[in-house]
Amino acid sequence: MGKTLYDKVWDAHVVKHGEDADCLIYIDRHIMHEVTSPQAFEGLQLAGRKIWRASSVLATPDHNVPTVNRAQGMTDGIAALQVSTLVDNCRSNEIPFIGLDDARQGIVHVVGPEQGATLPGMTIVCGDSHTSTHGAFGALAFGIGTSDVEHVLATQCMVMKKSRNMLVRVEGTLAAGVTAKDLVLYVIGVIGTAGGTGHTIEFAGSAIRALSMEGRMTVCNMAIEAGARAGMIAVDDTTLEYLKDRPCAPVGADWDRAVEVWKGLYSDPDAVFERVVDIDASLIEPQVSWGTSPEMVLPVGGHIPDPAAESDPVRREAMTRALAYMDLAPLTPITAIAIDKVFIGSCTNARIEDLRAAARVVEGRRVASSVTLAMVVPGSGLVKAQAEREGLDRIFVAAGFEWREPGCSMCLGMNDDRLSPGERCAATSNRNFEGRQGSGGRTHLVSPQMAAAAAVSGRFVDARSFA
Amino acid sequence: MEKFTVLNGLVAPLDRANVDTDAIIPKQFLKSIHRTGFGAFCFDAWRHLDRGDIGVDPASRRENPDFELNKPRYRGSSILLARENFGCGSSREHAPWALGQYGIRVIIAPSFADIFFNNCFKSGLLPIVLSTTMVDRLFAQVEAEQGYRLKVDLEHKVLETPSGECIAFDIDAFRRHRLLNGIDDIGHTLLDADMIQAFERRHLAAMPWLSKRLAEAGA
Repeated sequence: MGKTLYDKVWDAHVVKHGEDADCLIYIDRHIMHEVTSPQAFEGLQLAGRKIWRASSVLATPDHNVPTVNRAQGMTDGIAALQVSTLVDNCRSNEIPFIGLDDARQGIVHVVGPEQGATLPGMTIVCGDSHTSTHGAFGALAFGIGTSDVEHVLATQCMVMKKSRNMLVRVEGTLAAGVTAKDLVLYVIGVIGTAGGTGHTIEFAGSAIRALSMEGRMTVCNMAIEAGARAGMIAVDDTTLEYLKDRPCAPVGADWDRAVEVWKGLYSDPDAVFERVVDIDASLIEPQVSWGTSPEMVLPVGGHIPDPAAESDPVRREAMTRALAYMDLAPLTPITAIAIDKVFIGSCTNARIEDLRAAARVVEGRRVASSVTLAMVVPGSGLVKAQAEREGLDRIFVAAGFEWREPGCSMCLGMNDDRLSPGERCAATSNRNFEGRQGSGGRTHLVSPQMAAAAAVSGRFVDARSFA
Repeated sequence: MEKFTVLNGLVAPLDRANVDTDAIIPKQFLKSIHRTGFGAFCFDAWRHLDRGDIGVDPASRRENPDFELNKPRYRGSSILLARENFGCGSSREHAPWALGQYGIRVIIAPSFADIFFNNCFKSGLLPIVLSTTMVDRLFAQVEAEQGYRLKVDLEHKVLETPSGECIAFDIDAFRRHRLLNGIDDIGHTLLDADMIQAFERRHLAAMPWLSKRLAEAGA
């Protein structure tokens, strides 16, 4: 019987088959940030344990860092202590570290691939659920809690059971102006936020193959929003082109050998998936989330649903609660929803291609006067520099956007970038949970184009009308 | 890690699906570099009418009297009865830490998000999956009876209701063993250190590109 892509990467990393289906899985790359690591280092120190392979780690602060006035340092003392704890832990353990003053600093899930620290066939962990992003390279990548961060530091392994195989096959062509973000929001709308629980999702089909690496990362990033710890995409020429000459990618004869190995990273034709979901790409329109769970999503031409029409009581209650929190009435057209703030950023949509797409919509236009803040937060220092070389920063600033320093920023509002109670935001991030972007804040998840179009219109509009 | 054997505890209902980890422990508390001190902030936005933050005195907060866990009949609960996909969202282990430090040791739901489910066992919390029908029944019983308690017996994998009904639950043997004995995962894995080393030597020799170290700044 053939193997799936997931089977292949899993099998290549099994150190030991334990009892009760538990396996000891070797971890190639450990990515780290300031928020979920301090307690792990503390645990190691208390137990007198050493770090197994420090060079496997790549650490950079991203979650709580300021996106303005970097030169003056961090003014939030508690956040500053968390960042300096990461600096100290990396220094004393000889862990490769990218500091706030390093041009390469940024969101871990943007920096890893950019540095070629994410490679096909790797097992990759990070104390962050959006680690699924790296699966776009045919890697097995998933988020872990702090106890497992400590476990991987001490043993270079994870103890885990294998997930089931799930295939999301997206065939056909995305319409012009419809993006990877719309695709993945649509998939989550179809299968639900628990649709992939217990599974590793492989995204395949002609629409996935047609995506750039940036687009594939956007799709795998949100696998966790569909409940799957890991999302994966097979390796092809697009993958190899992206990786060639990245700092940590192999060179010379090693590159050739690696490519030979990587070319085997696809699901065999006779591989068996426990679950298959078929999606027709041509049906997908630009998406806008309307509720407090990523599965509460609609095409931009849609209307807010009516809980009264929902027969399942738990779902009806969830819809009613969501509409109350979002302050939306049933049957309101999506395009009638006015917004206060716009956030273009996050590990979902802060790569160069995302910024280019948003800039195209914004160019020659102005942020609507009713929008109190529109901000662009590049995913990394290198994305920021590239965008500036292309003049994108000037387009955004001329339109009235703020152009910030890289970090997670208003995706989760751990720094000063947050929504105030009642504010409504068009966000390119990944979660619309209650209070996610600031307590009482209301989040609508959209693509970069849709966020840009909302910024200049003051409400949601079909970004394709700006083409 | 604290052992878990038998718990006889008051049950509180949280009748909503997709309770996410941002709701369990909001982001502003994640700036702590410590493993403790999260209990006062568990379900912070739901439990309180004002916004909490690190450094705000818990005694000064205004409680939300409508939130289930604040109702007098559910004060001091150690068992949480919940709905589908409990613990979805972020990987923050601060979520089980906050629940545990608030006083919850057992969560019963029809399903859990994967990362949260795994994290629970590392913090001595026991997540129990029961059928939707059974969870519905428990919600009805908790609602109907003040002071409703369950006896959770991990050794025998059974819940006992106040009327004496026994409900069996499933848990994998290794996780049960570790919870029952409060065993440290890392120590257990390091028993296989030689095997890991042998694997690593082979693996990295065959694929040397896996072990390339990130260059220092300016290098």
